Amino acid sequence: MAESIEKLKMYFAFPFVRYAFIVGLLIALCSSLLGVTLVLKRFSFIGDGLSHVAFGAMSLATVLPVMAKEFFLGLAESGQLSRRAAEIVTKLGEMNNMVIVLPVTLIAAILLLRTGQNTKIKGDAAVAMISVGALAIGYLLMNRFPTRANISGDVCSTLFGSTSILTLKEEDVWLCIIMSVIVILLFLLFYNKIFAVTFDENFMRAAGAKADAYNLLIAVVTALIIVLAMNLVGSLLISALIIFPALSAMRMFKSFRSVIICSAVISVLCAAFGIILSVLSSTPVGSTIVAADLGVFLLFSLVSSVMQKRKV
Amino acid sequence: MSEQIRCSDVSLGYDGNVVTEKLNFTVNSGDYLCILGENGSGKSTLIKAILGLKPQMSGTLEWCGDVRSGEVGYLPQQTLVQRDFPASVREIVRSGCIAKCGLRPFCSRQEKKLAEDTMKQLGIEKLAGRCYRELSGGQQQRVLLARALCATRRILLLDEPVTALDPKAQLELYELIAKLNRDGITIIMVSHDINALKYATHVLHIGSHKQLFFGTRSAYAESSIGRELMRAERSEENG
Repeated sequence: MAESIEKLKMYFAFPFVRYAFIVGLLIALCSSLLGVTLVLKRFSFIGDGLSHVAFGAMSLATVLPVMAKEFFLGLAESGQLSRRAAEIVTKLGEMNNMVIVLPVTLIAAILLLRTGQNTKIKGDAAVAMISVGALAIGYLLMNRFPTRANISGDVCSTLFGSTSILTLKEEDVWLCIIMSVIVILLFLLFYNKIFAVTFDENFMRAAGAKADAYNLLIAVVTALIIVLAMNLVGSLLISALIIFPALSAMRMFKSFRSVIICSAVISVLCAAFGIILSVLSSTPVGSTIVAADLGVFLLFSLVSSVMQKRKV
Repeated sequence: MSEQIRCSDVSLGYDGNVVTEKLNFTVNSGDYLCILGENGSGKSTLIKAILGLKPQMSGTLEWCGDVRSGEVGYLPQQTLVQRDFPASVREIVRSGCIAKCGLRPFCSRQEKKLAEDTMKQLGIEKLAGRCYRELSGGQQQRVLLARALCATRRILLLDEPVTALDPKAQLELYELIAKLNRDGITIIMVSHDINALKYATHVLHIGSHKQLFFGTRSAYAESSIGRELMRAERSEENG
C-alpha cells in the first residue's frame, strides 16, 4: 500500500499526469450529464454512432496533411507551384485536428437526432449505417495515406484511447477545460428544458415551447461530449462512459435530479479510480475506467434487486 | 361565452393522403367538447392540428379571442418512455410551467407556488415526492392533468384519458374533469368511451373521411347516429 502511494506521488509530480487526471475527471463529469436523457430517449447508441463518425473525421484530419503534402509537393516538383507556396499549404494542413473533427461530428449529431422521428430510414438503422460507414472510410484513409509506420498502433489508439490522454499538450488541456465548462454551463442553464423535452416533447410543443430547438441543443451538446471523450477512452468505448453511470443511477434513484447527480458522482469516481489504477498497474486508461463503470453498474443492480425483494 | 376555436372546412391527412375532410365546428369558452370516432378516423391527426403540431391540409383552423395557438394544456396518451422515467411528481408538474419560463433557466417562486397549488387542487399534494413510475394509472393521469393546468387555465385537450384505468379510477377522473369544466376551463376530450358523453356539452363525431355530427349533446342523443351508437353500447352491456 505505502509503496503504491509512493509510486502515485512520483507519477503525480509530472505535470502531464496531473493534466490527464484533471481532463479525465472533467470528461467523465460531462459525459454522464446527458446520459440519462439519451438512455430515456432511446438514443443509447447515438454515442456509438457519433464516435465512429468522429473516428472517421479524426482519420481524415490525420491524413489530410499527408495528402496535402503529397499533392502540393508533386505540383511544386513539376514546376507548377513554387516550393515556398507548397510549404505554406503543408503547414496549414497541420492545424489542430479539432478543427475538422468537431464540425463533422456536430453535423452528424444534428442529422441523426433530427432523423430520429419520421424518416424512411429509422433511427437505429441510420445510426448503424453512419457508424460503420464512417469507421470503414476512416480506416481506409489511414491505410492509404499512412502518417507513420505503425498504422495499427494509430488505429488502436484512436479506437481505444490507449495512452493518448497522457500525451496531451497544454493547449489540448485548455481546449478540454473550455469545452467542458461550455457543456456544463449549457446543461445547467437548460436543465429544466432538457428534462421537459426528454419526458414529453409533444406536451412542450402544445404549450408553446420550442421543443425542436432544445432537441437540437441536446444533439450539439452530445457531439461536444463525444469529441471531448475521444481523448479519454477512444471512440469504441465512449458509449460506455455515457450510458453506464446513467443506467446505474436509474437503478437506485427516483427523481430526475437525484439520478443526474448520482450519475455524475459515479462517473467522476470511476474515472478517478480507473486513471489511478491504470497508472499503478499500467493498464490502458479507457478500458480500466469502463471496467470500473461496469462494476458499479453490476453492484447497483444487485443492491436494487435485493432492496426490491425486501419490499415485497 | 366567447369563441376560442373556429374550424371551417378543414381537411386532415399526411403524406398527401386525406384522412378526414370538411370538418366544421366551433369551441366556445366553457364548452366541454367530446370528440368521438373509430380508430383510424383521424382523431389523433385532428389533435395534432389543434395543438399546432401538424398543419391541416386545407381549410382554416382559427384561434379566437385571447387564446393563442400553442397555448393548450395537453394530456397525451402515455408513451413507453414515460413508463420507466425516473422523475418525481413535483418535477413533472413543474415542467408544465416551462413555456412560461421562456429563456429563463429556472422556475420563479410564483411558478413553483402554482405547481404546489395545482397539486393541492387535484388532491395529489401528498404524492409530490413520489416517483412517477411507481404510481397507479389514475394517479399518473392526475399528475399529467396537474402539469397541463400549470401550462394554461383556459383550454385543456385530453387524449383518451381513461384508457387503461380501472372503472373506479375512470369515474373519478371523469368527475375531476367535469369539476374543472364547471370552474370555467374549456375541455376538449377525445374518446371512444360512450360514458364520456355524460359530461359533455357538445359532441363531434367523425367517421371515416367525413364529419358525421357536430352539435350539442342533447341534439346528438336525438340524432339517428347518436341513437345508433347508444343502442349498440346498451346491447353490448346487456349481452
